[in-house]
Amino acid sequence: MKAFQLIFSGDPTLYGIIYRSLLFSGVAAILAVLWATPIAMLLGLKNFPGKSIIKGFFTALIGIPTVALGLFLWLILSKETGPLGFLGLLYSPGAIILGEALLVTPLIVSIATNAIEAVDPEMINLAKTLGASESQASIAVLKEAINGIVFSNIAGFNRAIAELGVALMVGGNLAGLTDVLTTDISSDTARGDFPTAIALAIILLAIVFGINLIIVIARNPRVLLTLGRMPQ
Amino acid sequence: MTVLAELKSLTQCFGNRTVLDNVTLQIQQGEILALLGPNGSGKTTLLKVLAFLLKPKSGEIRFQGEIVTDKNSERMRLQSALVFQRTVLFSTSVFNNVAYGLKMRKTPKPVINEEVRKALKLVKLEGFEKRSAKKLSGGEQQRVALARALVLKNRLLLLDEPTANLDPKNASLIEEIILTVNRELKTTIVMATHNMFEAKTIPHRVALINNGRITEVGATSDIFTKLSRNLASFAAVENTFLGTARITEAGTTIVDVGNDVQIETAFAKQGETSVFISPQDIILSKKPFESSARNVLMGRINQISDIGSLVKLTVDVGKPFTVQITKRSFGEMSLNLGAEVFIIFKASSVQEI
Repeated sequence: MKAFQLIFSGDPTLYGIIYRSLLFSGVAAILAVLWATPIAMLLGLKNFPGKSIIKGFFTALIGIPTVALGLFLWLILSKETGPLGFLGLLYSPGAIILGEALLVTPLIVSIATNAIEAVDPEMINLAKTLGASESQASIAVLKEAINGIVFSNIAGFNRAIAELGVALMVGGNLAGLTDVLTTDISSDTARGDFPTAIALAIILLAIVFGINLIIVIARNPRVLLTLGRMPQ
Repeated sequence: MTVLAELKSLTQCFGNRTVLDNVTLQIQQGEILALLGPNGSGKTTLLKVLAFLLKPKSGEIRFQGEIVTDKNSERMRLQSALVFQRTVLFSTSVFNNVAYGLKMRKTPKPVINEEVRKALKLVKLEGFEKRSAKKLSGGEQQRVALARALVLKNRLLLLDEPTANLDPKNASLIEEIILTVNRELKTTIVMATHNMFEAKTIPHRVALINNGRITEVGATSDIFTKLSRNLASFAAVENTFLGTARITEAGTTIVDVGNDVQIETAFAKQGETSVFISPQDIILSKKPFESSARNVLMGRINQISDIGSLVKLTVDVGKPFTVQITKRSFGEMSLNLGAEVFIIFKASSVQEI
């Protein structure tokens, strides 16, 4: 019960945590999309030696343990030992965003590559013969793969918002600065503050489900009409 | 006559396979030229070269006198449009499909609306603008693809087997559109086909292509009067057979096309001849039945391919016959590879080439 009271209490600390969770994983997902989509287009549209190895590499990396990635990043960003320590990123929002963006990149690349590969291979030629330039033809292919690409973005965002290891290792769970839903759930549980942990977990679940639902409906508003009907 | 496009000693390879072998060809402004040849003879590759989508390994292409290079191929593409054999559509409305090329050319919106409406009228799909293109029937989809190319009013229209996957009704509709566009808009058309009948009735000129080589080019009537002599090398064209005709006592003509296959025809002929039977004119049956059709041949199915709403079967009766039936009949007859079947066609369906 206390968990629900907390959710509806309008506690600014709680809203801060939600805000940071959404912000960090949102920015991380957007950053990852910015570099993952061109990689996916390259892998999906061009043929070059070693392509299947690179694809396999990304697929293998989907399952990278978040704690392991967190550890590597910690070592790289650490002020004393890390080659990028001079940036002073460790235990800052920047570190979490960077870490989560790296974490979700393989997932986005793999799903988006598959989506692009599923587009008819003649699509590029079709766009070109109708007068499209190289880049316009690539956009035509991206449009055909849009469902898969949107799905890859949602999957990336979900993985980012739901992960703990990276945020904890390189963010440090600093209250009001780098603490997010998952790190707080973990520390509240460790402290024995179960109502808060449960409240945060409910919110996390609600966010993940809510965003997915909105996107599904936005992609195809007719879903609403078919709710409750058996799929044929 | 002015030359619109010219190919000189063109060669194209995929890996170590030569797909086009020293092809030289002129395309005259305003003509319909058919590339007639069996599957895999290089027709599609040649069309892609003419659409400036494929860069040949060696040789020269000129379009309206200008040599096509890497630099100008994008500009050249604005004057040539290819309609693929297998219909590829954007997953959007019919309107957006047809309007795509005009949008790429930054045509003003009111003009796009008007041109799309006209193009859809031409392919008899008036009022289809808002329909989802991918939900249309195979024939309608192919017509959307045709409208999408026609709307551009390019100098050169390239059609890759425009009727191969269509039922007879849609096929004749498309043939009619091809003739209209050529006559009224003066569009130059190059079409690939392996359908003898189509090649005989539509184009002004025919180029025979086999194994990546153009073996002969000429006016349609000239090509078809000479064709019987060349036909041996051309056997892969579907349902076309070279044989010896004799007139029977009953006054009909029997053409012996080898391997004990005899075809009765309605025309009178003596000596060497070539015949063609349209796949659409052949009835497929599991049992022989009494009918007025003079030709009943027994064989086994040795190839089945799905072409949209139709199924294409090859029946070996000593010679391979291609037969087209609807998917529904195919399902109801529960046919499979190796099944024993009868092919039945009228003597009047046998055309002399």
